[in-house]
Amino acid sequence: MKAICFYFQIHQPFRLKRYRFFDIGNDHYYYDDFANDDIITRIAQRSYIPAAETLLQMIEESNGKFKCAISVTGTALEQFEQYVPEFIDLLKKLADTGCVEFLAETNSHSLASLNDPEEFAIQVRNHDMKIERLFGQKTKVLRNTELIYCDEMAPQILGMGYKGVITEGAKHILGWKSPNYVYCAASAPKLKILLKNDKFSDDISLRFSNPQWDQYPLNADTYINWIADTPAEEQIINLFMNMEVFGDFQPRETGIFQFLAALPRFAQERGVEFWTPSTAIAKLKPVAELSVMHPISWSDEARDTSAWLGNKLQNEAFNKLYSVAERVRLCDDRRLKLDWERLQSADHFFYMSTKHMADGTAHAAFSPYETPFQAFTNYMNVLADFIVRVEEQYPLSIENEELNALLTTIRNQATEIEALTKETESMRKNIEHFNDELKAAPAVEAPAEKAEKKAEKKAEKKPAAKKAPAKKAEKAKKPAAKKAAKKEAAPEKTEGETK
Amino acid sequence: MFGWEFPPHILGGLGTASYGLTKGMWECGDMDITFVIPKPFGDEEKHFANIIGMSQVPIAWRDVDRDYVEQRIGKLMSPELYYRLRDHIYADFNYMRTNDLGCLEFSGRYPDNLVEEINNYSICAGVIARTLDFDIIHSHDWLTYPAGIHAKQVTGKPLVIHVHATEFDRSRGKPNPTVFGIEKDGMNNADHIITVSNLTRDTVINNYGIDPAKVTTVHNAVTPLTPEQMDVHPTKPKEKVVTFLGRITMQKGPEYFVEAAAKVLKNNHNVRFVMAGSGDMMDKMINLAAERGIADRFHFPGFQKGKQVYEMLKASDVYVMPSVSEPFGISPLEAMQMGVPSIISKQSGCAEILNNVIKTDYWDIDAMADAINSIVTYPAMYNQLREDGLAEVNQITWDKAGKKVIDIYNKVINK
Repeated sequence: MKAICFYFQIHQPFRLKRYRFFDIGNDHYYYDDFANDDIITRIAQRSYIPAAETLLQMIEESNGKFKCAISVTGTALEQFEQYVPEFIDLLKKLADTGCVEFLAETNSHSLASLNDPEEFAIQVRNHDMKIERLFGQKTKVLRNTELIYCDEMAPQILGMGYKGVITEGAKHILGWKSPNYVYCAASAPKLKILLKNDKFSDDISLRFSNPQWDQYPLNADTYINWIADTPAEEQIINLFMNMEVFGDFQPRETGIFQFLAALPRFAQERGVEFWTPSTAIAKLKPVAELSVMHPISWSDEARDTSAWLGNKLQNEAFNKLYSVAERVRLCDDRRLKLDWERLQSADHFFYMSTKHMADGTAHAAFSPYETPFQAFTNYMNVLADFIVRVEEQYPLSIENEELNALLTTIRNQATEIEALTKETESMRKNIEHFNDELKAAPAVEAPAEKAEKKAEKKAEKKPAAKKAPAKKAEKAKKPAAKKAAKKEAAPEKTEGETK
Repeated sequence: MFGWEFPPHILGGLGTASYGLTKGMWECGDMDITFVIPKPFGDEEKHFANIIGMSQVPIAWRDVDRDYVEQRIGKLMSPELYYRLRDHIYADFNYMRTNDLGCLEFSGRYPDNLVEEINNYSICAGVIARTLDFDIIHSHDWLTYPAGIHAKQVTGKPLVIHVHATEFDRSRGKPNPTVFGIEKDGMNNADHIITVSNLTRDTVINNYGIDPAKVTTVHNAVTPLTPEQMDVHPTKPKEKVVTFLGRITMQKGPEYFVEAAAKVLKNNHNVRFVMAGSGDMMDKMINLAAERGIADRFHFPGFQKGKQVYEMLKASDVYVMPSVSEPFGISPLEAMQMGVPSIISKQSGCAEILNNVIKTDYWDIDAMADAINSIVTYPAMYNQLREDGLAEVNQITWDKAGKKVIDIYNKVINK
């Protein structure tokens, strides 16, 4: 028994417009709407839509035997909603077949996992909510941005409720081991790991249309035969790739869609199944623990995080960005939070790479900027404005911890006030009760002295007795108010107003 | 080789480039180079090339004895060479203003009677061509094209001309017809044309109508700095310093630098701007800076020479070259050698070979201001450009350029 586990990545960042430093503090809209619209519409027409239609057709023709996983980032979904809503409908259709699993990831394709676990958790939660709202699925397997993974992250991922994680079958991690098994994390053995099979994935995503390749042209039957002919005990072949491979990296004319559509038929002939990541994790037992000391990813020759954090520019931008993370979490301005997520997209750092040679061309191909220096300048200008806005929310002179304490006070204000009003009310009741007693007292006294003597004077005395307790009640209220004032600085005002 | 300038007495980039290239070719070995300049001073480096000064080449017979020659020009030229040259005078030039040795006076600069001096240079070249034995003639820039053509006609040896700049660059597209004529004539007569950038190559092909097969680009390089040049300790103001260094002329686009400075200073007060150099647009620039209200932060220290240049660079945090049309532009490479991040215009030839610099269009003052601000504000940007720029510029050496020129020679000779 052998199975193919397909997973397709869909991501588009919000590209920034040309933002000059004299815009800092004046212009708070950062995005190049025209480019974003243009790019996502073009890629959707060329690739996403035909690819999704092909997948739908494959599922129908194979009676649901073909299964795969899709991971789509929040920023991409937002852009689809805005510019290509028909693609969302297609994704919903795919979700309805029950053959497509949606994976969890960070909402904005961010690198938060590398230095801010709290932020990472928030973003994954946001993304999960979005996926559930749109496609009605609860995610079970996590796919971190660009398949970044290391030991340190495993316990957190497990703690967040995921059973498995997807990452790169990096050669320097695997050594002699094969990626065609399920592994488990060394730092959290309950977390299962699926590893990308580089060779088979790249056959499709990189080499498929390369006439210099000795296997060119590649046909679906040959490809399935290769997979079927791997050693029998290797049960799972993980093919992870961007969805743009179909129709964009490999244009329609290369026959990539026909190749994809033909896979299930030949797979059935050779007894190869298709599984989703969660099926693979449920069915297969991990063969060994896998330890990943330093973060790995599926990008660039080195398969590490150097594509985003490889030079000084990238590190500076990254550190500046996350220096305000805590502050932003304290804010509740919606636009600020939105910008915060979008600015975290890993792509912004990718554009700043100064790598040359083979990797450099990949960086340049995706970048809307002419040079990494331009990318850095533009991003830093935007970030500078963003930080100004964060600082405007709360004065910088207050430390984060102090601010946090103050904010908790303010948030708890309502309950506190409620408690205090209750207190005053009960006091008022007590006083009234006391008054009643007072009223009752002369009534008791009077008969004791001479009830029959001046019965007509009672009418005069009564109003006087009423006045005195009223004064007393006011006096009683004041200490209560003072008590409250001592407790809090903030509620004092509201208390004063209620007075 | 016919040239006009040679270090240490230089006025612009031409001398630096001629020197570097000659030395680079010499390093490739098996070369015997004679470098002819209008007026030597005697303190030129001579170990890699024979330097002949046109001001010591006789064009009219004078009966002078050896001691007299020795005493007059001994430190510039050996009397033997003088006599050999005297034996090859090819016409009677007594009607010209020759001196007691039968030589012409040269200023070696760019005087008002430049065309006359170019002509005189060409006359002397005839004597040299008849005297010396050589395989190829190499003329640097239009000033020496007539000399090169003359030498070619006399000896039939192939002529290679080296275009360091064209009249279109110098005049922002309004060429002087005389200069254009000289250039065109040189290009037509040349067996091969070397340009310092693809930008210049395009100009030569399109504006002078030259066959592209005859034109090859050999990018300039830089001579490594000596420890003395590196070891300068200028006093630095506490603000960041942004520098423009070069002739303040139309070609160099100084007004864009002033405009960009005004933009930066509007938002950033931690910067000072320096426009070092002199030129016909200097007064206009001083006016412009005053008009923009930035004169308190915009400085004109005047023409810098020798060590001052390196002090100036070392004190700078950003170097800007906003040239409107720059055939190559060696100065950003020198700035990079000193570890100064550079911003250059896309319209300069060196933009073709440099990666670790910021390139903007010369007219895009917004982009330029943005880049300046970015370097002075973000230390990461400064360090990245500084270190990678240094590594990059150290790879650009003259021997590589020299090798390419030698390949061209071989091709031309074997044709």
